[in-house]
Amino acid sequence: MKHVEIALAVNGRVHRAAVEPRVTLVDFLRDELRLTGTHVGCEHGVCGACSVLLDGEPVRACLMFAVQADGRQITTVEGLAPGPGELSLLQDAFCETHAMQCGYCTSGMLIAGHALLNQTLTPSREAIVEAIGGNLCRCTGYQQIVEAIELAAERLRAVNRPEATTP
Amino acid sequence: MTEAPSFRYIARKRRPKEDRRFVAGHGRFVADVALPGTKHVALVTSPHPNATIVSIDPSAAVGMPGVLAVLAGDELAAATLPLMVGVDTPNVRRYPLAVGRARYAGEWVAAVVADSRALAEDAAEQIHVTYEPLAFNTEPERALDPAAPLVHPEHGSNTLLHKTFVWGPVDDDFRAAAHRLAYRARWNRSSTVPIETFGVLARWDPGIDVLDVWASIQMPKYSDQIARALKLPGNAVRVHNDVDVGGSYGVKRGIKHSVLVGYLARKLGHPVRLIEDRLENMAGGDMQGPDRIFDVELAFEHDGRVRAMRMRALDNAGAYTGRAPLQLGKPITAIVGPYRINSVAYEAISVTTNRTPQEAVRGFGQGPTNFAIETGIDKIARFLDLDRHEVRRRNFIRHDEFPYRIPSGSEYDSGDYHAVQEKTIALARWPELIAKRDKLRAEGRLAGIGIASCLEPSGGNSAFEPLLNDKNDTTTWMEGVRVRIDALGAIAVVISTTSAGQGHETLAATVAGEILERDPDGIRVARADSLSALPTNSPVGSRMAIMMGGAVAEAARRLKAKLMAIAAHELAVAADRLAYDGGTISVQDAPEKTVAWDRLVHIAHRNFHRLPPGMEPGLEASYVMQVPTGRYLPTADGRVQIYPCYSFEFHIALIAIDRLTGKPHLHDYFIGHDCGTVINPDIVRGMTLGGIAHGIGAALYELFQVDAQGQPISQSFMDYLLPSAHEIPHVAMVEHHTPSPHTAFGQKGSGEAGYLGAPACVASAVNDALAPLGISIDSLPIRIRDLEAALSGGSPA
Repeated sequence: MKHVEIALAVNGRVHRAAVEPRVTLVDFLRDELRLTGTHVGCEHGVCGACSVLLDGEPVRACLMFAVQADGRQITTVEGLAPGPGELSLLQDAFCETHAMQCGYCTSGMLIAGHALLNQTLTPSREAIVEAIGGNLCRCTGYQQIVEAIELAAERLRAVNRPEATTP
Repeated sequence: MTEAPSFRYIARKRRPKEDRRFVAGHGRFVADVALPGTKHVALVTSPHPNATIVSIDPSAAVGMPGVLAVLAGDELAAATLPLMVGVDTPNVRRYPLAVGRARYAGEWVAAVVADSRALAEDAAEQIHVTYEPLAFNTEPERALDPAAPLVHPEHGSNTLLHKTFVWGPVDDDFRAAAHRLAYRARWNRSSTVPIETFGVLARWDPGIDVLDVWASIQMPKYSDQIARALKLPGNAVRVHNDVDVGGSYGVKRGIKHSVLVGYLARKLGHPVRLIEDRLENMAGGDMQGPDRIFDVELAFEHDGRVRAMRMRALDNAGAYTGRAPLQLGKPITAIVGPYRINSVAYEAISVTTNRTPQEAVRGFGQGPTNFAIETGIDKIARFLDLDRHEVRRRNFIRHDEFPYRIPSGSEYDSGDYHAVQEKTIALARWPELIAKRDKLRAEGRLAGIGIASCLEPSGGNSAFEPLLNDKNDTTTWMEGVRVRIDALGAIAVVISTTSAGQGHETLAATVAGEILERDPDGIRVARADSLSALPTNSPVGSRMAIMMGGAVAEAARRLKAKLMAIAAHELAVAADRLAYDGGTISVQDAPEKTVAWDRLVHIAHRNFHRLPPGMEPGLEASYVMQVPTGRYLPTADGRVQIYPCYSFEFHIALIAIDRLTGKPHLHDYFIGHDCGTVINPDIVRGMTLGGIAHGIGAALYELFQVDAQGQPISQSFMDYLLPSAHEIPHVAMVEHHTPSPHTAFGQKGSGEAGYLGAPACVASAVNDALAPLGISIDSLPIRIRDLEAALSGGSPA
């Protein structure tokens, strides 16, 4: 099958590749770039396990072809931490409230929560539910995920206050 | 009993060890395991619910680019033994690929192996199978009709299991009771539906004749089952347990996938993997759950006290036996729920139909049974016009009656059901909740409050196997671990199983840290592969807190005793004069005489000349734990102790239903929870909350349906509805801790109870909402369309 040349930035690094047009973005990220933190759950856009940020917006990587991401900026769960071996405040909050069990939906939940906190640091419970409402979790019943996003928002508010020190 | 003993690490808030790798995107799931040269499987499935396979023509597929092989059922069946089943049905044979006949729509008929999954799918479309459709049946009651089509003609009937038990003077109790009430409760098919589908990767190593397997698995004796089916010695299969499992809750038992892929890997000389897509998972992945009709009769007094119960449970196992019939067995260990019911008759029937086979689902049959019992308790209250709490209060086993032996022979270990009920009522602020319901009603909504209690039998001995299968004499369901301290003084616990989110690494490290008084954060938990593992039965039956926790505790105690012996020898005092504090050992009345951790480690690893005579060098201890109370085969009259520990929960929920559309909305949810001593509070809370969400799904949304042509019509997340964050209310939780006398720290199991009680509670809420209209629905799930139909005067769809 004919391959198409693409160039896209993933977690800040530009990748060039020749891909079959039918390869989905999630398969490209996982199989070609070996970024396996993004997961495949349903392949029809319902579960949200494959969520990534496309130019800052959360999207389903199973509903996009890799060729459609040509020239775009992608952030995966591996790109959320500020540096190697570190965690973002949201990732840390997920650990603090135990906002996961099996860890399979977690990447998508983090992407959804991260996108929300980019918009507001004072999300209501309803806004959090709305933000993660398109991501299915089978383990937690969502409550500890909501608590994690609330906790991260609280900590981010504190960090952003001039008098506060970085935790 | 609620005063928890003081622990150093147990029962304290501590971050689970596993979480960090998951939030960083560094989990290692089966689809993440990459072996060079891996080939990929796609499947050809039957479009018919019952059909003779006349011919399979692979010619158009075999020459396609990247295609290595096409495999059909005849070849695989000739090379393998049938897959293991749970009950005695030798003529219901099962192989990974259909042989001669396909018995459900979605059954695997052929497998294609190619360089990529996409190429394998392309080729699968070009395989031409000629079928001769046969009459089929998908209904459990019809399966019992002698005129119904036989799913397995060589078996002679559609009945896979039919057992009747009578425990106690049932007929006398029914005669003596003031009232009797009969009802039917229907639990339709749903499942656990993990977000990760099942997947397996296998590689044959020709240098050492070993089949290496990586799988998303939660399966007792998995490697043994693969070896048996592939006619390999047990030590020729090496299952790698260091694979994160993306959810299971019972169903990840992909033995047919594993035997298929194992055979292909050996035959082709390449690593081969099969990662189900969602369609394969839902139609042919064998992951659907109990599908059960209960006919129940209760005998009770004027005051609501239940004397006796007759229960007939008819379950639709689907097209093959598997372990499905055994899911009628576990409920026997809690057949009276938390109630003092004097006698019980239980008739368990499992039938085969042309539906997707059933697999183990969270609670192993206990959820449906609990729903059936709780439905009856609510009906008694309504019949006698008594308060639903009061009927439960009057029937609960009292805290001073434990240990309490129920008619079916199982002894409940401990509990305080009344206390948990009262705590939950207080948490829910009952008078305010009633006022809130009544306000919703006054506003024109249909509103109702649900109540349910439930038991979670935990730590099971799998004694339902000998109970339901005369040829099975299993009396152990052991779990083994090893604890070691290396020459640098670091501790590792070696466990022998995969995990699917239960936090076993946290459990093992916390318990080892507790006994050895060392920080659990510094304790490594490793997973032995099946060739280096100790005996295990995997995390089924809410058993790991009890069994793995118990095994780690004992192994760590043995290691600690060894340290004490070394110190006693070193200090030349008797061991009983020593005190152990955080890994440093001192003489009690001469605290200046001390041997520190590093010194003990050095002696054990380096100084044989300083060890007590006869002691093995090194620091390692193993322990294989037998299930507490699991000692005997069932008695001749069918009484048995299956589970040692019984957790308890009390659920209360407020629901409102839109009169026009039937749309339900859960406003509030409250739960009182008692699983004895909690090892890690966040983990227990999470599993309870998650179980409730799962139960809400089973109660209101989730259904595997087939149409009149026997075709599955719930094949995606568009038509099989998993609850999202929108559907799950905030859940308030109150803890109670009644220790179990049978376990290391008083702990009990906790992975299932939220799910076991929530369906009954939500159904109770719906029926309270519908009661003013004189409507009652005793069939789950109660979907929007069912409510809309009931409200518009029609019958539920």
